[in-house]
Amino acid sequence: MDGTGIGIWGVPLAVFAGAIRVSTPFIFVSLGEAITERSGRINLGLEGTLVFGAMIAYAVAVITLSPWLGVLAAMAAGACFGLTHGFICKFPKVNDIAIGIAMMQLGLGLAFFLGKPFIQPAAPKLPAIPFGGWSDLPQIQAALNINALFLIGAALALFLWWAFRNTRTGLILRVVGDSSDAARAMGLNPDTVRLLATATGGALAAIGGAYLSLYYPGSWNEGISSGQGLMAVALVIFARWNPIGCFLAALLFGGAGALGPALQSVGVTKGYYLFYAAPYMLTLVIMIATSSPTRSLAGAPGALSITK
Amino acid sequence: MTLEANSHTLPTLDGRAGNLRPFLEWLARRAEPLTITLFAILIGLALFSMFIALIGKSPIALFQLMYAGGFGTWFSIQNSLSRAAPLLLTALCVALPARLGLVVIGAEGAVVLGGVAGAAIALPLVGGAPPPLVWLFMALAGMLVGAIWIGLTGLLRHNRGVNETIASLLLAYIAIALMNHLIEGPLRDPASLNKPSTAPLPPDYMLGSIPGMDVHWGLAVGIVACIASWVLIEATSFGFAARIAGGNVRAAQIQGLAVGKLIVGFTALAGCFAGLAGTIEVAAVQGSANGSLAAGYGYTGILVAFLARHNPLAIIPVAILLGGIDASGGLIQRRMGLPDATVLVLQGTLFIVILFCETFYGRFRIFNPDLWKRSA
Repeated sequence: MDGTGIGIWGVPLAVFAGAIRVSTPFIFVSLGEAITERSGRINLGLEGTLVFGAMIAYAVAVITLSPWLGVLAAMAAGACFGLTHGFICKFPKVNDIAIGIAMMQLGLGLAFFLGKPFIQPAAPKLPAIPFGGWSDLPQIQAALNINALFLIGAALALFLWWAFRNTRTGLILRVVGDSSDAARAMGLNPDTVRLLATATGGALAAIGGAYLSLYYPGSWNEGISSGQGLMAVALVIFARWNPIGCFLAALLFGGAGALGPALQSVGVTKGYYLFYAAPYMLTLVIMIATSSPTRSLAGAPGALSITK
Repeated sequence: MTLEANSHTLPTLDGRAGNLRPFLEWLARRAEPLTITLFAILIGLALFSMFIALIGKSPIALFQLMYAGGFGTWFSIQNSLSRAAPLLLTALCVALPARLGLVVIGAEGAVVLGGVAGAAIALPLVGGAPPPLVWLFMALAGMLVGAIWIGLTGLLRHNRGVNETIASLLLAYIAIALMNHLIEGPLRDPASLNKPSTAPLPPDYMLGSIPGMDVHWGLAVGIVACIASWVLIEATSFGFAARIAGGNVRAAQIQGLAVGKLIVGFTALAGCFAGLAGTIEVAAVQGSANGSLAAGYGYTGILVAFLARHNPLAIIPVAILLGGIDASGGLIQRRMGLPDATVLVLQGTLFIVILFCETFYGRFRIFNPDLWKRSA
C-alpha cells in the first residue's frame, strides 16, 4: 500500500470513474445516431457536429457565463447541422455516407475557424453532483463526482427505449426506417421523418460536444475530440439500435478509454500510446464480432444503407 | 449506274451531321461530369464567399491571395506541386476502392504507417547500401504496410461484412497510436527532444528534386501511379471486372467474377499507394518518421478523389488545385489574419456542394444522347 491509501485498487476505481467521465459524450452521440439510424439514414457527420457543438458551447459559456446556455446553443447548432445533412440527403442519387464525411470536414473546419479566439479564455464548467461525500478517501470522492449530463443521458436512454416501443412517434420512426414504401403506404412522408430524426440526432451529438468542452477535459482546443463521433456510429451497430444497449456500450468504451491513464497513474507507462488505441481496437473487434457477410444484422432498420 | 452510285456516296449536309453524331454523343457524355463539377465548384466558391463576407473580410482579396499563394509565381507553383504529390497517392487510395462501390476514408493510417515502415527499414541500411537501393527497400516496405492496412478493410468487408468506411477510420486512429508508440519508444532517436522522431536520414539518402524544379520526385511517382491506375481501370480485364462489381455485386457474382479477390486486391493496391505517399514524405520532405506524417493528406485525398469523380487521370489536375489551396493557407493567415482553418472551411463547403450536385446527373437532356431523338 502506498501513501494514497488504496494502492492498486486505484486502477479499477479509476477505470470506473473514467468510464463514467469518458462515456458521457458517447452516450449522447450514440443516442442521437440511434434515432437517426432508426429512421433509415446514417449520419457520419456527427464527429463534426460534436466538435462544432463543443466550440459553440464553450464560446457561449465564455460570453454569457452560463454553461447551460452553452449547452442549449450547441443543441441549436447541432440541429442546424442535422437539418443540413437531412435536407441534402433528401435529393435522389445523393450518398448519405459521403455527405456525412463532407459534413464532418465542414464541421471541423468551421469549429476551428470560429473557435480560434476561444482557446485562451476560461469558461464556467457544468456542475457535478458529489455522490461520494460519504467517503473520506479523495479518490472515491473524485470518482463519484458525477456530472449532471451523465445522469440526463442515462435517463434519456431509458426514455428512448420506452418511446421507441410505446409511442406513436417511435412507431413512425421504426416504420420509416424499415421501409420507405411501407411508410408511404401509411401516408407518412419518409423524407420529413428522416429530416427531423437527423436534426434530433445532431442536437444530441452537440450535447456530447458541450460536455467535452464544458466538463471533461473542460477546455476548447482543436484536439478535443478523438473520433468519439465516429466511434459512436460503430457503437450503435454494436448496441443493435437499442438505446439501453447504447448506454451500456458507451460505458464500456469509456472504461476502455480510461484504462491507459489509469495504468499510467499507478506507474505503468510502457506502451502508453498503445493504450490510446484501446477504444478503437475494442470498437473494431466488436464490429468484426457482430457483423456477418450473409445475413443482415438482427434489429437493423431495413432502409439503412450501412448494413446493406 | 455511275450517277446513282455517286449520289449515294455524295456527302450531303444531313450525312455530314450523321457522321458528326458519334463525336457529339461522345462530347455530350464527357461534358456532363465536367460541366456539373465546374458548376458545383462555382456554387461552392459563392457560398464560401458569403461566409467570408459575413465575417467582414473581402472574398475577392482572399481569392487573389489564394491564387498568388498557390499559382502566382514559379516558387508558389513548385510549392503547390510538392503538396500535390502525396495527395495524388492518397486520392488513389480512395478512388480505387470507390470503383468497387467502397467508401474507404482511412488513407491517413496507411500514410503514417508507410512512413514509419520506410524509416524503420532505411535506418539499418544507411551507410551500407547505395541510396537507390535504400529507396527501393523503403518504397517496398511502405507499400507493403499500406497494402496490409487498407487491404485489411477489404478483407473484413468481404469476409465479415464489416462496414469499410468505419473500419478504415478506426484503423487510421489505431495506426496513429501505433506510430506514436513506435516513435516514442522502440524507434525513437534519443536526440529528438521536443518532437519525438526516428533518427534522421543522412542528406545523401534524401530523395532529391526533379531536375530543373524544386519539387521532389514524389510528384513524378504520383503522376505515374495515376496514369497506371487509369490504364488498370480502363484498359484491363481486372479493371473491367471491378467496374462491373462496383455497379452491381450480384450481377458480378452471377457472371462468375471473384468479387472477394477484387475487393481485397483493389483495397490492397489502394493501400500500397497511400503507404508509398508516407514513405515519400519521410524520404523527401521530413527526413525522419515523426508526428508530422499525420498532417491530413489522407483526409484531403478523400476530397480530391470525390472531386475527380474517382477518375485517376482527373485526380492529377484536382490534386494540384487542392495542393495550391493548401499551399496558400499560410499566406492567407499572415496577410488577412484569418485562421489556418479557412482552407478547411473552403474544402468542406466544396465537398458538400459537389456531392449534392450528384443529384443533377442524368437530369439534363443535352448530356444524354439517348434522349436526343425524342426531343427532336
